[in-house]
Amino acid sequence: MKLDLRMPIGLMFAIFGAMLTVYGLVSGDAIYERSLGINVNLWWGLVLLAFALVMLGFAIRARGRRHGGRENASSSD
Amino acid sequence: MQQIHLGAIDYALLIVYFAFVLGIGWVLRRYVRSSEDFFLSGRSIPAWIAGLAFISANLGAQEVIGMAASGAKYGMMTSHFYWVGAIPAMVFVGIFMMPFYYGSRARSVPEYLKLRFDEKTRGFNAMTFAVMTVFSSGISMYALAKLLELVLGWSFHTSVVLSAVIVLAYIFLGGLTSAIYNEVLQFFLIVLGFLPLVLLGLKDVGGWAGLTTKLETVATNAGYSAGAWSDSWRHMDAASANPMGVEWFGMAMGLGFVLSFGYWCTDFLVVQRAMAANSMTAARRTPLIAAFPKMLFPALVILPGMIAIALHETGGGLLPIGSDGTPNYNLAVPVMLAHYLPSGLLGLGLTALMASFMSGMAGNVTAFNTVWTYDIYQSYIRPGQPDGHYLRMGHAATVFGILLSVAAAYATTKFNNIMDMLQLVFAFVNAPLFATFLLGMFWRRATGHGAFFGLVIGTAAAALHHGLVLPHGAVAGLKGGFLGAALHTYPSEMAQNFWTAIYAWTACFVATIVISLLTGRNKSDDDLKGLVYALTPRLTDHELRWYARPATLGVVVLGLTLVLNILFW
Repeated sequence: MKLDLRMPIGLMFAIFGAMLTVYGLVSGDAIYERSLGINVNLWWGLVLLAFALVMLGFAIRARGRRHGGRENASSSD
Repeated sequence: MQQIHLGAIDYALLIVYFAFVLGIGWVLRRYVRSSEDFFLSGRSIPAWIAGLAFISANLGAQEVIGMAASGAKYGMMTSHFYWVGAIPAMVFVGIFMMPFYYGSRARSVPEYLKLRFDEKTRGFNAMTFAVMTVFSSGISMYALAKLLELVLGWSFHTSVVLSAVIVLAYIFLGGLTSAIYNEVLQFFLIVLGFLPLVLLGLKDVGGWAGLTTKLETVATNAGYSAGAWSDSWRHMDAASANPMGVEWFGMAMGLGFVLSFGYWCTDFLVVQRAMAANSMTAARRTPLIAAFPKMLFPALVILPGMIAIALHETGGGLLPIGSDGTPNYNLAVPVMLAHYLPSGLLGLGLTALMASFMSGMAGNVTAFNTVWTYDIYQSYIRPGQPDGHYLRMGHAATVFGILLSVAAAYATTKFNNIMDMLQLVFAFVNAPLFATFLLGMFWRRATGHGAFFGLVIGTAAAALHHGLVLPHGAVAGLKGGFLGAALHTYPSEMAQNFWTAIYAWTACFVATIVISLLTGRNKSDDDLKGLVYALTPRLTDHELRWYARPATLGVVVLGLTLVLNILFW
């Protein structure tokens, strides 16, 4: 693969998740009237962070395996 | 409607998204060395990426807005577009058609037609397809810009220029690979951006049970039996019993067979994604992998519309009323976004809307530049040039393809009728195309003349049928009946469209057979190896584990779809 797409996807959602989580922590209760009183920014921010971690986890594991594989079997590449 | 005000956080989310799509194009630019890299991603895309891009390219803003609008207008019956229309067609293209598309090494759908039939059939398909993609991306650009103008107060020009420049930049840099990679990113963004809206809406109306109760009011207010908005099949024995105005046969044949198979099996916009896959197995799995999320999309795109109409009818006027006294269904998604999402998630929802628009537009642009360069420029204008020449033409075609789309968007603001007419003409051209492919792939006796004149006759049949019938309550003109007498009146436009497709397909099917039998074969069995089912060696898939075989995936997908149809019967 030219570019492990899971990396940019993971990074983008990590940034989105962090932004929403922080915004959820600092914003007042008033704006959550329309979302049925739930602090959706905080909760959905955490969901996005979890999704981002899964994506990044896969990407980092695949990268480790690629580098490790190259050292063990240098003729295969 | 009341305009939505965005906060700094909303704009910040949008800017992060723009940075990522452009960044992906920038990183991928160094992999574009040949025209094959630019137009076909060098056939190197893994199956899961191709699969998600396959549905994402189809999931334009018009799909998101239009499906929610249909969900509000027709209720649960809209799910037929997925569970009867798209899914079976996607399974068919994956299992039966990809072996020919991918195996023939054709670089585009028109090129397959040239290999299988002849030059004139390819030319006809290439020209209509090129014009169609430019106009459909122009029309969807117009729709998005109008929506943003209405909802956010953004200027029409800013929206058009901004979205066009960003899509142009990332395709110009990284070609199809960049479009596909971004489509996958956009896919996740669309899902994760709209999901909170669906969850909040469902919680608000009291879950599926609460929604069903509220939709009973909607149905009885409109004069239908109580379940008309929440059942998919139960009210289809007569056209007058459901809001769509379609009976089961017209729906299953018109939508389920002709229109869906015609779109998913022959439209280069989606087929291109599978052609870019890195192996025959990956190419066949592409539409099947796409079918799994596609199956669940009704929850994401139709449900918000159903919730909107339920709240509208029971809670007092959520949707703005248009000049003709009916609710403006197209505003269901933006109204729901404004209704439930606070600053923060609102920005994410709007970013998802932008992402759906860009994925649809990039799909059109990459399909256009490929068909233009390979099937029109290389075939008829400047054949026999070195590869670098066609790569440069691909870059140029990306620029003028987008400029033409922008021009089409502005033309739409001036001449609404011309756009309606063009869409009508394309519907006439597309409906019979599936008959040509079906005969081409499964009947070796089908000839070039048969295919070409079959298509012409099918198109004419569509125009003739449309010209002689009218939907209920319409006046003669673009809606039909332009040939004078209205011989038949359909209960709805939807029913009229489905039957136009059925007539066009049948005319093309019969005409192609008759003309093929009357004309001599222009391709020998040897020429047709790899292009026709009976002359292509079977793929056995013994090397794959049973659960990874395309046939197994296809059966699982169809089984799950059947379960969904029964659950929501």
